[in-house]
Amino acid sequence: MLAGVRAYGMIAGMWVRSTMAYRASFAMTTFGNFAATFFDFVTIMLMFLRVRALGGYTLAEVAFLYGLSAVSFGLADLAIGSMDRLGRRVRDGTLDTLLVRPVPVLAQVAADRFALRRLGRVVQGSLVLGWALTRVEIDWTPSKLLLMPVTVASGCAIFCAVFVAGAAFQFVAQDASEVQNAFTYGGTTLLQYPPTVFAKELVRGVTFVLPLAFVNWLPATYVLGRPYPLDLPRWVAFTPPLVAAGCCALAGLAWRAGLRSYRSTGS
Amino acid sequence: MPDSDFIRLEEVEKVFEVRKRTGFMKRERREVRAVDSLSFSVARGEMVGYIGPNGAGKSTTIKMLTGILTPSGGRLRVAGIDPSRERTRLAQRIGVVFGQRTTLWWDLPLIDSYRLAHRMYRIPEARYRENLARCVELLELGDLLDVPVRQLSLGQRMRGDIAAALLHDPEVLYLDEPTIGLDVVSKAKVRGFLRELNAERGTTVLLTTHDLQDIEQLCSRVMVIDHGRLMYDGPLAGLHEAGESERTLVVDLERELPPVEVPGARVVRVEGPRQSLAFPAGQSAAPLVAHLAARYPLVDLSVREPDIEAVIAKMYAEKAVS
Repeated sequence: MLAGVRAYGMIAGMWVRSTMAYRASFAMTTFGNFAATFFDFVTIMLMFLRVRALGGYTLAEVAFLYGLSAVSFGLADLAIGSMDRLGRRVRDGTLDTLLVRPVPVLAQVAADRFALRRLGRVVQGSLVLGWALTRVEIDWTPSKLLLMPVTVASGCAIFCAVFVAGAAFQFVAQDASEVQNAFTYGGTTLLQYPPTVFAKELVRGVTFVLPLAFVNWLPATYVLGRPYPLDLPRWVAFTPPLVAAGCCALAGLAWRAGLRSYRSTGS
Repeated sequence: MPDSDFIRLEEVEKVFEVRKRTGFMKRERREVRAVDSLSFSVARGEMVGYIGPNGAGKSTTIKMLTGILTPSGGRLRVAGIDPSRERTRLAQRIGVVFGQRTTLWWDLPLIDSYRLAHRMYRIPEARYRENLARCVELLELGDLLDVPVRQLSLGQRMRGDIAAALLHDPEVLYLDEPTIGLDVVSKAKVRGFLRELNAERGTTVLLTTHDLQDIEQLCSRVMVIDHGRLMYDGPLAGLHEAGESERTLVVDLERELPPVEVPGARVVRVEGPRQSLAFPAGQSAAPLVAHLAARYPLVDLSVREPDIEAVIAKMYAEKAVS
């Protein structure tokens, strides 16, 4: 584990240094990343020119959901977003070159092409979240305050788990990166809207099957003092860290199984 | 572990299950034995050529020896380590060069790959500097260090790859087709470097190749594998004998003449003034040339080496007969 973190730091550091050799290019791509995600939110604002509420949520409340989801996803994408290239590595055989190095493969794959420009999305999400916090009416309690950073960290971990599990799946199906994108990029877009606008079946799916609801919906509805569409006890809002730990453990197992199957078949 | 068994395989096998689609939702399963009860040992400091036709199981063997692939059966040890179980520990002690794909970081300057290896393999500072300086000098990498790897030519990249595989002083170096696609000059550089590495550092080298000259110039021992089985293990000269391989002496005469007569060789083809003579590969061409020069009006001559496929093919033909 420690060896993996150390290797990740080394590789990511090397990519950052090489990016910083071209500062202007870095500044432009980061801004591009920021702008692209910004228009994402502009879409939601335009919607609110026509309607006053979305599924019963005001613009500020939707921004609150949006910000939490965007920051969590942005951090995960920044950290290990390059993992969806694994299928290509399996196909062209370059994964073998990672297997002969004395550090964990997961760390090498996760840190490969570490792109600091992805900070653009994190910055954009943070701005939206900050704006939302000044506008929404919340009865702040210590537990609600504490829940905020915990939610962001857990959400990031849940998305990381999805990235790792998706990459593990690519050991078996090498063209599955689009399937993975459906869950990562698709997932974060889904979470940007209130749970009340979706069908119950879908909400159940992202609560009990692929627990993306724990990224923001469940803690956010608690903080906002709104009912969650499913009849769940209130304390569930505080379970994201547990869910995240479970997801990471499962993703880790999936990764090991994937790597083991690669090493027994070589393809 | 005695030095004579530095690399040791006992009855190693690798079976792949290939699934073929035979219709809608129908799959046919078939087992492919890529490596079949393979046993051999390589002593510390040996330089061994590992050859065979495409799909013979060479790469699969190398992948098992590096820990990339897990064997389906048998026992395998490299420097006393089971590669598939302790892959990352073994990685510290081996160097691997894949001719077809690079272990260098594609988009970054060459030197970045070396800096990263320095830290990844925890190479002591002084050792790293010494090894890097040596590789840069002998492999002529000085002007290339700041060039992104993707901009290097094949020969330059190969030299860069070999340097990367050696910075941590590996005890074993695996080379998978190290001279494939290289020009004559690059080939000579790579071969010269490997010879020196083996002689000076005592690095054990196992190389797969299609180029018989690689073996001739580098390896005292050659192993031939086909269909996952070891067909021959011994000196190169013995391989020529086993395959009764022949070299070809091509002579250009001043004018068309009837087939020349030379003891120890026979004319296999006459094309105008050009005649081709076959003679045993183990024999020197010098006496033939002397004999010809004394009796015939020579304009030019050249010697052609037998290619590996022909030697192996002939070896099989022998086996089938006997």
